[in-house]
Amino acid sequence: MNETVANGKFGQSVKRVEDARLITGRGRFVDDLVFPGQTYAAFVRSPYAHATIAGIDLASAQDMPGVIRILTGRELADAGLPPLPSGWNLSSIDGTPARVGLHHALAVDAIRFVGEPVALVIAETRDQARDAADTVLVEYQELPTVVDLAAAIADDAPQLHDGIAQNRAFEWEIGSSAAVEAAFAGATRRVTLSLRNNRLIPNAIEPRAINVQWSAFDEAMTIYLTHQNPIGMRGFFAIMLGLPSENNLRVVSPDVGGGFGSKAPAYAEEFAVAFAAKMLDRPVKWTAERSESFLTDAHGRDHLTTAELAMDDNGRFLGLRVHTLANLGAYISTSNALVVSYMYATMLSGQYAIPAIHARVEGVYTNTCPVDAYRGAGRPEAAYLIERLANLAAREIGVDQAEIRRRNFIREFPYQTPLIYCYDSGDYEGCLDAALGLADYAGFEARKAESQARGKLRGIGLSAYVEACGIGPSKLLASLGGGGAMWESCEIRVQPGGSIEVLTGAHNHGQGHQTVYAQIVSERFGVPMDSINVVQGDTDRIQAGTGTYGSRASVGLSAAVHSCDKIVAKGRAIVAHMLEVNLADVVFADGIYSSAASNRTVAFVEMAQAAHGAASFPTDQIEPGLVATSFFDPPNFTYPAGVHVCEVEIDPETGVVEVVAFNAADDFGNVANPLIVEGQVHGGVTQGIAQALWENAIYDPDNAQLMTASYMDYGMPRADSLPEFGLCFWPSPTPVNPLGMKGCGEAGAIGAPPAVINAVCDALGVDHVDMPASPEKIWQLCRAREVS
Amino acid sequence: MYDLGYSRPATLAKALELLQQDDLAQLVSGGQTLMPVLRARLAAPSQLVDIARLDDLRQICTIGAGIEIGAGMTHAEVAASPVVRAHLPALAALAGGIGDAQIRHRGTIGGSIANNDPAACYPSAVLALGARVQTNLRMLDAEAFFAGMFATALEPGEIVTAVHFPACAVACYLKFRNPASRFALVGVFAARLASDEHRIAIIGGGNGVFRWHEAERHLDRGAGVDGLDTVPLDLANFTGDIHGSADYRRHVAKVITRRALTQMA
Repeated sequence: MNETVANGKFGQSVKRVEDARLITGRGRFVDDLVFPGQTYAAFVRSPYAHATIAGIDLASAQDMPGVIRILTGRELADAGLPPLPSGWNLSSIDGTPARVGLHHALAVDAIRFVGEPVALVIAETRDQARDAADTVLVEYQELPTVVDLAAAIADDAPQLHDGIAQNRAFEWEIGSSAAVEAAFAGATRRVTLSLRNNRLIPNAIEPRAINVQWSAFDEAMTIYLTHQNPIGMRGFFAIMLGLPSENNLRVVSPDVGGGFGSKAPAYAEEFAVAFAAKMLDRPVKWTAERSESFLTDAHGRDHLTTAELAMDDNGRFLGLRVHTLANLGAYISTSNALVVSYMYATMLSGQYAIPAIHARVEGVYTNTCPVDAYRGAGRPEAAYLIERLANLAAREIGVDQAEIRRRNFIREFPYQTPLIYCYDSGDYEGCLDAALGLADYAGFEARKAESQARGKLRGIGLSAYVEACGIGPSKLLASLGGGGAMWESCEIRVQPGGSIEVLTGAHNHGQGHQTVYAQIVSERFGVPMDSINVVQGDTDRIQAGTGTYGSRASVGLSAAVHSCDKIVAKGRAIVAHMLEVNLADVVFADGIYSSAASNRTVAFVEMAQAAHGAASFPTDQIEPGLVATSFFDPPNFTYPAGVHVCEVEIDPETGVVEVVAFNAADDFGNVANPLIVEGQVHGGVTQGIAQALWENAIYDPDNAQLMTASYMDYGMPRADSLPEFGLCFWPSPTPVNPLGMKGCGEAGAIGAPPAVINAVCDALGVDHVDMPASPEKIWQLCRAREVS
Repeated sequence: MYDLGYSRPATLAKALELLQQDDLAQLVSGGQTLMPVLRARLAAPSQLVDIARLDDLRQICTIGAGIEIGAGMTHAEVAASPVVRAHLPALAALAGGIGDAQIRHRGTIGGSIANNDPAACYPSAVLALGARVQTNLRMLDAEAFFAGMFATALEPGEIVTAVHFPACAVACYLKFRNPASRFALVGVFAARLASDEHRIAIIGGGNGVFRWHEAERHLDRGAGVDGLDTVPLDLANFTGDIHGSADYRRHVAKVITRRALTQMA
């Protein structure tokens, strides 16, 4: 890869400018902030997963030292806090809207998952709040629970929400069932697969945190919130709190320690804390403890899917039929109706030309933590399914797993799938060949023999994923049920002295925006990166934007490019007057304005000075100052793609699966900063391998207690369990934005799980293994293999 | 964590005095088990009496052909000790494989054996090597010291001060890590003592450290490692959980016993 540099252009590996501050403990996170009159919140949480609240006795807790106020769900509801808002309107096949189970910030009558907040204690110190919370007496009447998807839709299943029979929230479809019927009728070969996409717990390193200041004087609230989308949250909070307008509310997200989607929802606890701050007229702070994060941060995945793939005798895919039960948890979290429908099933064509596809998704309530977007958000679930089916197809037809993919690749772009999306660009076979080269695919049999000599089983697995990033085209999203547009803005302010502020509504929580935005602006203006300050995460400074998720930085960076273009163009007009030449003769390159008609040149900084001095040009024709704002609404999604190749070695005596090699060729379009992109792939692949081998949220089927509620039982990935990754880029720049960037944040988490499981299945010679491929499960398969 | 007091007495005698005066006082050494328990508000001692830095508990020396390790020695210190590495390299390796670097610099041998977590590594070495546990009151054989999961023969007011390990011919500790916690799902300490007797001690079964007597007799008879698979190992020694059934744990115990013995050969 490229040499690492401290100051550089688009496409160079510039070291992240924010790292020195963050890794030396100079980050500033929400929990670091303490305000005059600060109070602290602690939640009383239900130890039961399904119960009615028969009574709450606050008497002894209220007398505890330092206690200021204890609030219950009933009190908040009576005081006007509405149920949580939905971020997406999904309709069922029959046209009816999704059946939404009301979600109160604090439970009012009923508990539907373990850890659900019941009361909020505000005290002078954190410990006092916690002590009092332990003293609140809640009388619960336990109800039977359900955690399993198949059990939840049975006639006699415990019902979570009044009026929502069999816990079915919606039944949604996409594609043509008639076309799929016809395709199956004409097919000679087919494969069928049932699989579970395991539930994950996000585990951002910084837990959720909020600190709210209310000013009764001007009815203004400031919310410090660790979040991926502070501007979007301003709208939610303004409505929920009944503030006169968004102008009465400022949301600030300072440094954010990881999100992976779990800091994108609008959460119950945060609304309760903000509402309490307004009621008490004092600042209220809450920082989740790690055990609260496990219980209540929106979980990810959790699908139960059955699929059938129809083929001809040569293994050409003809039709795909998919049915998925999606576990919503106890309530529909902010974006989850979108995640399980249009973020998931639209991607089921994968990298393949499949003429007929139909998918049906049923959203189901269970007594578990609500599910929402988690790194990839629907797209990993789709890629896992289609890439597992591809390998089953290869087994059925009797061809190599690379060959079955070659026979079905989409080869011409743009490509309209049968599932709304129109892929922008790609070179799937080129990417495959690059990945196979990196992985020394041809040498696998020799390595397998060497493993065998040591008593180990070796397997190799491919996955060829495609996903949708750069969310998103507003008109299309609105037509699918979107509640808000998803363009991005960027304002660039050039000061008289030449220093530059770049303000964007995207929000950094580990992506390196401080660096990449500065790289792009630095190159466009020909000025050093250290003259540029990137400003994010404060709604008083940035007017408009929709945050960071779904690798949508390319949208914000495109807005930055347009603002740069406006500044450069205005500079040309100013310089034409300064040099007394025709506008058409002024050119700008490498930070210098010049003209063939003049011996003088004007540096960008001199132009900035002149723009503010306003003495060298007619101000009735050119406005003084140097500020430009742009809004970029992409005409389409971008479609990053890639091929991941995983090699595993299995110890048949213990069932331990070791990932011994992992290679990937990815098409992210043009890459702004290879160093950062490699880091994103490393992190994503690590999370993907972890889903395939270790991570798994388990609820007790008898009482819906979370059995994996700490790091003692929830398996996180460790560096020593991973091989050195071999990566390369195989870019097909996208035409949908001016930088040709596609996005890279989710790729690893999408591509890795099927590559790992395909490798495990290859090693064992079996059709399927559900994730995670835990040692005992694999040992049982090895035993069965020995017996046969 | 609930509010509590903290004291760091200068001598063992002073520590004992504090314990005698206050029934709710709790000894702490490295705190690697106790601190998470306190943080989760699962215990509410009145005060912590910190003995981790008492000079009396902080030595490693040879005694005859064996070695003595002070109860306050951290895992990192045991792992790095030239004395331990020369006399009982398997014990040094065990200590160097406990937890992560932070834990190894806090946790102590005395704390580990006094707590007797069924997934802790040290008890297997103490039992397999026939070590003796020195307390402020008496010397206890390993067999008499461990009394099932989280239980020992220690009386109230009794403090582990050192562990005496006799010399051994050769030993090996292997553990199969729980993928989540990295504690031992199963750990096996295999030893051939100076007397040529074999000892196999197993941890992670769930009921506390125990010896696999059948395997010891099998080996003492001179039977080979290969025949171990058919040697009985009572399933009652194992319990199951989400990370592995009792049956799986027993199977893994057999596999890693064989591997440990193979490494010793």
